[in-house]
Amino acid sequence: MKKCMTAAAALTLLAATACGSGDSPSAEDDTITLGFSQVGAESGWRTANTESVQQAAEDAGIDLQFSDAQQKQENQIRAIRSFVQQNVDVIAFSPVVETGWDAVLLEAQRADIPVILTDRAIDSEDDTLYETFLGSDFVEEGRKAGEWLVDNAEGETNVVELQGTTGAAPAIDRKEGFEEVIADHPDIEVIATQTGDFTRSGGKEVMEAFLRSHDDIDVVYAHNDDMGLGAIEAIRAAGMEPGEDIQIITVDAVQAGMEALAEGDINFIVECNPLLGDQLMELVEQVVADEEVPKRIEVEETTFTQEEAQAALPDRKY
Amino acid sequence: MIRHHLFWPVAALALLIVLNAVVNPAFLELRMQDGRLYGGVVDILRNGAPTLLIAVGMTLVIATRGIDLSVGAVAAISGAFACTWIAAGGHAFTAMTLALGLCVLLGLWNGFLVSVLGIQPIIATLVLMTAGRGGAMLITEGQIITINDPLYRQIGAGFLVLPIAILISLGVLLLVGALTRGTALGMLVEAVGTNPRASRLAGVRSRTIVWTVYVFAGLCAGVAGLMISSNVSAADANNAGLWIEMDAILAVVIGGTSLAGGRYSLTGTMVGALVIQTLTTTVYNVGVAPNAILVFKALVVIAVCLLQSPHSARLFGPRRRAASAPHRSEEVTAA
Repeated sequence: MKKCMTAAAALTLLAATACGSGDSPSAEDDTITLGFSQVGAESGWRTANTESVQQAAEDAGIDLQFSDAQQKQENQIRAIRSFVQQNVDVIAFSPVVETGWDAVLLEAQRADIPVILTDRAIDSEDDTLYETFLGSDFVEEGRKAGEWLVDNAEGETNVVELQGTTGAAPAIDRKEGFEEVIADHPDIEVIATQTGDFTRSGGKEVMEAFLRSHDDIDVVYAHNDDMGLGAIEAIRAAGMEPGEDIQIITVDAVQAGMEALAEGDINFIVECNPLLGDQLMELVEQVVADEEVPKRIEVEETTFTQEEAQAALPDRKY
Repeated sequence: MIRHHLFWPVAALALLIVLNAVVNPAFLELRMQDGRLYGGVVDILRNGAPTLLIAVGMTLVIATRGIDLSVGAVAAISGAFACTWIAAGGHAFTAMTLALGLCVLLGLWNGFLVSVLGIQPIIATLVLMTAGRGGAMLITEGQIITINDPLYRQIGAGFLVLPIAILISLGVLLLVGALTRGTALGMLVEAVGTNPRASRLAGVRSRTIVWTVYVFAGLCAGVAGLMISSNVSAADANNAGLWIEMDAILAVVIGGTSLAGGRYSLTGTMVGALVIQTLTTTVYNVGVAPNAILVFKALVVIAVCLLQSPHSARLFGPRRRAASAPHRSEEVTAA
């Protein structure tokens, strides 16, 4: 009870101070204020994402109100409410989960504050609640992986797939895109698929079992770099050379993955780009200027071969 | 024989291995490669080593009527600390020693809360379970720390014909067996778990014993954490040792040690840990669909637990109550 009251008091105080400074920043001068609520700092990818947004805001001269939700939806809802009360010009956030946003987004809409989703989408029937969704197209990432394989496969090719966490959007979509592309190529076959939970040890353990039950694996397709790195360990332990005896395709392009690619252990990486800051700031400016923006904008992403990785590695940010 | 408390766990283990061998005959194959054994069974032993080690520590904790939920987080801290130390240029040996020292401190903390302050074990260790993973993430600054250290690799991925990890776990198991069953220590632990008050009145130093088992559990978790991170040469504070406390508790229970404390079986714990790891390996080897994995595992575990329950023992065995007497005495020889 006492705790509740303290929390309530703190909230009131927060609201009061927020109201106090409310209209000043946006009304007086031309500086755009952006309220951004981040998921948390759960991975290197996310940290790079945060840094990109902060850096881009500084470069674009946008006043950034940053809030870290520590992977909790209630924190994020609270942050969005306080942005509404501060009357920021634009709200952007990466939703922690897909559902449960309608009420708070309606509040933003009533206050006439446009909302931009980044990186993750929300599941709502009312798509007028947000202006646009800026994020990666995971299906396209799967397609890119499949296309490289189709271009580089010679004859009969047996693929094993290391899936991400069961039910996670990137896992579902990266599988779908990959399957879509290789469907037209009967000589490329996925002979085994299993979840490695997006972790290194998961990837290693599953790959060990695959190597045991199949002696004709040509290619590993891992839904992220970490599982691919785990698979490399398993392949080495089995006395084979990763990248040569068994080719490896992964998605993400984090630092450790890029290093393995440059060293020749991985053959191809499809980038999942966290550096969406500049694109976000451009969108914020467009939205404030009342320009029409598409409902769905994809982050610019590329792919890396071994040579490209060697060239790109020295000035990678993450 | 059917009445022996390890009959069903051992049967389940055998059944799983047979299932693997039927689906994939190459599973049982063993060959020497670069001076090490290579095969499906070896994989089970190596991947199961951390769970087994943690389960040994957990067995003693549970025998004192306690529980340690923090072992997964402690494992994460241990790996995170060691890898960060090595990544900063430190020597692998110093890194491991310091990491284990840290885990002993964490065990002391748990033991202090339980034995001195008298906080319920499940709550006392819940503190570190939550805070510990946060601590591990602070150490690694939320990143996955990748290292490349040949010495550090040995503890989780190295071989001396057999995987070094399982040699460590089995060594600890034997040592604990000799120490607790060869001396009166095991009996004292059981006495504390059966009736803490009576044993204290009888002159058993229950506080010291309870405190010691938590420190030991912390140390086991620390070594397991080193194995887990060494196996992939990386510390992942988010995922290393995640839910391993549940696997360890399950291994202890499958092995026939009651959560109510008292009598414990180290052999049982070993069989339990092997059943759990074989189950995971079977899922990959047989090719159970990813979205059916949890259901499949749950079914096997439920089957073993049901068959082990006193009621089904009466159903399967001869209908005589007297039969429960020899059943008890067999366990004392465990380990």
